[in-house]
Amino acid sequence: MNWQWFHRLGSPRWFYEKTSRWMPWLLSVTLLLLAVGVVWGLGYAPMDSKQGNSYRIIYIHVPAAFLALAGYYVMAIAGAVGIIWQMKMSYTVMRAAAPIGAVLTFLALVTGALWGKPTWGTWWVWDARITSMLILLFLYLGIIALQGAYQQQRTANKACAILALVGTVNIPIIYKSVDWWFTLHQPATLKLVGESSIDPSMAYPLLVMIAGFYGLYSWLLMHWVRADILQSESKTQWVKEIVVK
Amino acid sequence: MSSSQAESQVNASRSSATSLYSTLFSVFRRELRIAFRQQSDMINPILFFLMVVTMMPLGISPQASVLSELAPGLLWVIALLACLLSLDGLFRSDYEDGTLEQCILSTQPLYFIVLAKVMVHWLTTGLPLTLVAPLLGVLLSLPTDGFVPLWLSLMLGTATLSFVGAIGAALTVSLRKGGLLLSLIIMPLYVPVLIFGASTVRYAVEGVAYGSTLAVLGGFFALAFVLAPLAIAGALRMSVEE
Repeated sequence: MNWQWFHRLGSPRWFYEKTSRWMPWLLSVTLLLLAVGVVWGLGYAPMDSKQGNSYRIIYIHVPAAFLALAGYYVMAIAGAVGIIWQMKMSYTVMRAAAPIGAVLTFLALVTGALWGKPTWGTWWVWDARITSMLILLFLYLGIIALQGAYQQQRTANKACAILALVGTVNIPIIYKSVDWWFTLHQPATLKLVGESSIDPSMAYPLLVMIAGFYGLYSWLLMHWVRADILQSESKTQWVKEIVVK
Repeated sequence: MSSSQAESQVNASRSSATSLYSTLFSVFRRELRIAFRQQSDMINPILFFLMVVTMMPLGISPQASVLSELAPGLLWVIALLACLLSLDGLFRSDYEDGTLEQCILSTQPLYFIVLAKVMVHWLTTGLPLTLVAPLLGVLLSLPTDGFVPLWLSLMLGTATLSFVGAIGAALTVSLRKGGLLLSLIIMPLYVPVLIFGASTVRYAVEGVAYGSTLAVLGGFFALAFVLAPLAIAGALRMSVEE
C-alpha cells in the first residue's frame, strides 16, 4: 500500500494548499444539507402528538450531541497519531478539535435545557445523558485549560494528547457509571424521545441534519487548522506569498 | 544455541528480575522514609478531611436524621477532595531536585519506579484517610451498618484515586501553579469512583447487599493499577523534557 498521502499530511504547506481546493466544496455541501434539514425538520416533519412542536429542537440537539462525542474521539485519535508518529499537523488537529467539541457539547446541553422546560417543566434534571454530557464538557474544558497552561507549544501538545487518551479510556466507564447511577436514583418517570421508536417522517430530516453537522464539523475543524497553520508558519515564504496575494 | 549462552541468558533474566524487585523495594523504602520525615504532608489531608466534615453540620443542619441521610455521599466527596489536594506535591520535589531526571535516565523501567511511588502515596494519604473515616462517620451520624462498607470502599477507592490522580500530578509537575489545574483535569475522571464508592455505603445503610459495587471498585483499581503507570511515565518524560 502506498503511504505517501499519510506522510504528506505532515506537511503544513501541502495540507493548506490541498484543503484550499476542498473548502468551498465542503462548505457548499454542508450548507445545502443544513438548509434541507432545517426546512424539512422545522417546516414539514409532522408534529409530535405528545410534545407538540417543542420536539423539533432535536434537529439541533441530537446532531450536536453526536458530534460532541465523536469530536472527543477525533481529538484523542489525533493526539495518539501525534504521539506515535511525532506528526506536528496531527497536534494542530487535536488543538483545533478541543474548543469546537466544547462548544458543541455546550450547545447540546443548552438545547436540552430549552427542550426540558416545556416537556419536563424544568431546565435541569439529573438525567444520565445530561450528566454524562456535562462531564464530557468538563473533560473538554480540562484539555483546553491544560493547553493554555504551558509556555511551550510542544509540551502542551504532548500533555493534552496524554490527557485525551486517558479520557478515551475513561469515557465508556464514566458513561456506564452515570447510567447505572441514574437507574439507581431516579424512578423511570422521564422517558426520552430516543427510547420510543421514532417515525421515519421525523427520522429522515434528522439524518440529513446529522450529515450536515458532520460537514459543519469537518469544515470548522479544517478552517481552524488552516488558521493555525498560517499563524505558526507565518515566518515562511509561502505563507507570506498567500497573505500578500 | 550453546549451553553456556543459554545459561548466561537465564542468568541475565534472573538478575534483571531481582534488580527489578530491588528497584521497586528501594524506591518504596526511600519514598516511605521521605514521607515519614515530612509528617505534615501525611497529617494535612486528615486535618482537611476533619475540618470540612465539621463544616457540614454548621452549613446544613446538626440534626442527626438529615446528616445520616447525607453522610455516605459527604464522606466520600470530602475524602476525594482531600486526596486531590494531596496529589500536587507527589512529584514536585523529585522534579525540582533532579531525582526525576535520574529515574528516567536509569536503566530500570520508569513504570515500576512510578508504581512504587504511587503505592507509597496511597499508603501515606489514602490509607490514613480511610482509617479516620469511620471516626468522622460518627460525627455525621452515619448508621452503624455503613462503617465497614465505608472502610472497605474507601480502601479500594482511594487507591484508584491515587493512581488516576498521579496522571494529573505528572502532567502538571512542571507548571508553577499546577494545583487548581490538576483538580480541574482530574475531577471528571473521578466520577465513576465516587458513584460506586458512595453507592456501596448507601447500599449497606439501606440493607442491600453491597458486594457488587465493591467488586466494581476493585475492578477500577485493577484497571488503574495496570494502566495508569503507563500514562504517568509518559507524562513524566514529557514534563522533564521541557
